[in-house]
Amino acid sequence: MKVLVPVKRVVDYNVKIRVKADQTGVETANVKMSMNPFDEIAVEQAVRMKEAGQADEIIAVSIGPQQSQETIRTALAMGADRGILVQHDGEIQPLAVAKLLKAIVDAEGPGIVLCGKQAIDDDANQTAQMLSALLGWSQATFVSKLEIGDGEATATREVDGGLETIKVKLPAVCSVDLRLNEPRYASLPNIMKAKKKPIDMKTPADFGVDPTPRLTTLKVVEPPPRQAGVKVADVAELVSKLRNEAKVIS
Amino acid sequence: MSNLVIAEHDGAEIKPHTLNTIAAAKAAGGDIHVAVIGSGCQAAADAAAKIAGVSKVLLVDSAEYENQMAEAVAPAIVKLADGYSAVFAPANTFGKNVMPRVAALMDIQQLSEVSAVLGDKTFERPIYAGNAIATVKSAEATDIVTVRMTSFEPVEAEGGAASIETVSGTGAQDLSSFVGQSVVSSDRPELTSAKIVISGGRGMQNGENFGMLEKVADKLGAAVGASRAAVDAGFVPNDYQVGQTGKVVAPDLYIAVGISGAIQHLAGMKDSKVIVAINKDDEAPIFQVADYGLVADLFDAVPALEKELG
Repeated sequence: MKVLVPVKRVVDYNVKIRVKADQTGVETANVKMSMNPFDEIAVEQAVRMKEAGQADEIIAVSIGPQQSQETIRTALAMGADRGILVQHDGEIQPLAVAKLLKAIVDAEGPGIVLCGKQAIDDDANQTAQMLSALLGWSQATFVSKLEIGDGEATATREVDGGLETIKVKLPAVCSVDLRLNEPRYASLPNIMKAKKKPIDMKTPADFGVDPTPRLTTLKVVEPPPRQAGVKVADVAELVSKLRNEAKVIS
Repeated sequence: MSNLVIAEHDGAEIKPHTLNTIAAAKAAGGDIHVAVIGSGCQAAADAAAKIAGVSKVLLVDSAEYENQMAEAVAPAIVKLADGYSAVFAPANTFGKNVMPRVAALMDIQQLSEVSAVLGDKTFERPIYAGNAIATVKSAEATDIVTVRMTSFEPVEAEGGAASIETVSGTGAQDLSSFVGQSVVSSDRPELTSAKIVISGGRGMQNGENFGMLEKVADKLGAAVGASRAAVDAGFVPNDYQVGQTGKVVAPDLYIAVGISGAIQHLAGMKDSKVIVAINKDDEAPIFQVADYGLVADLFDAVPALEKELG
């Protein structure tokens, strides 16, 4: 079966972000960008499925500016077979992303879609569930273990109380969590090979999807900073301060 | 105008996060109705009717909602949602799993993990692991909202006398089924609602050493948490994780032990009222957010702390 993996270009997780002075958003110019870490885990899972003979083609899809091609190339270097870039400049929100992905799923007919559970920029955690709803498919969110069976998959999900195991009918949309796997580093030969793999260029209009944001961002500000604290000399002083100054323990 | 809150429950009781979620709905103004969707959940609906400020409980009690599978629950919420100004659910794994499915079925752009309700369809929400706060305005007829629980003080669980209205189910689904769960039971308070949390990081070195934190936790009536590094290393299970992708906590006292303070961890605890850091590296970023910092080897400091607490 085919596996579809949506990948998002985001500010690298190690970068300390800066809010723009005019409060319109977060500075992304001249900032290191990378593939969303959760999407890397999804790509890795797809590649492992292909290595195990459970998948025959991996398609990496990105929706974003021209530079999102680099994110697709990263997925291709990890082992995806081809890419699709839906080019769009400016903000695009999860519902529009899910609609675009649905159109691509309808055209490509994958047996499973593997998404990162959330993007580390908008922290929305919506796209996989929305895509599953629009397709009328099953969903397995926050997956830390995935076994593909005959016409169904068994997924272990990370939930608040611990772990939950469910069975979902295929085709399904899965959103992957941190502990599903550890993504590989692409080797140099694979990075070279990835340059020759095809990337299809599309626009939202090709799919008849309106990418206009439905929520208006009025402003983006930094959170109030915490007051700098004090260092204590030893445990006795710590406990004394917690009892008598902060009054948080009795 | 009125708002609908989706209750998280286990059939018998309403889970505490529902009370924080109702507080968010209260901030939006108008009547508050609570939906209790499940199988054999009359007792939960009775409990919901007693919550202060709730005027009506919608009970959808039908076999297809056992185990709260998103494919079954989402259509039930869609059926109820029509006509409400907003539908609120907690931004925990329950709400995060089902609400985007509801939003997509209704062709609505959801608002995730809202931390303030400003009125006039305007909300605040953290982005970039809480390193920026966005103010967003919706133009949807019904807002679909998940609520950052720690940003809202829970309403009283008692004091209300709402009517209960029974609504029929939406039918079985065959897309997904529940197999089982492994839930660790503990006598300690639940991590996200505990007044005191003590968390360990990579510095704990192994799972056994978390026993030291548990001893302190038991003296303080605290919950035990962990950083992603400690969970990834297999010291403790995933449900201990505090951070951007784990649980968000805001207790009166948060004690970080052997945690360096990556921004992803700070995202999950920096709204705590008082933060204590114990770390032998005096350059660790955790000290920049700590009210009280102790530069010490945790293997000396934690047993000493336990002793000092008497």
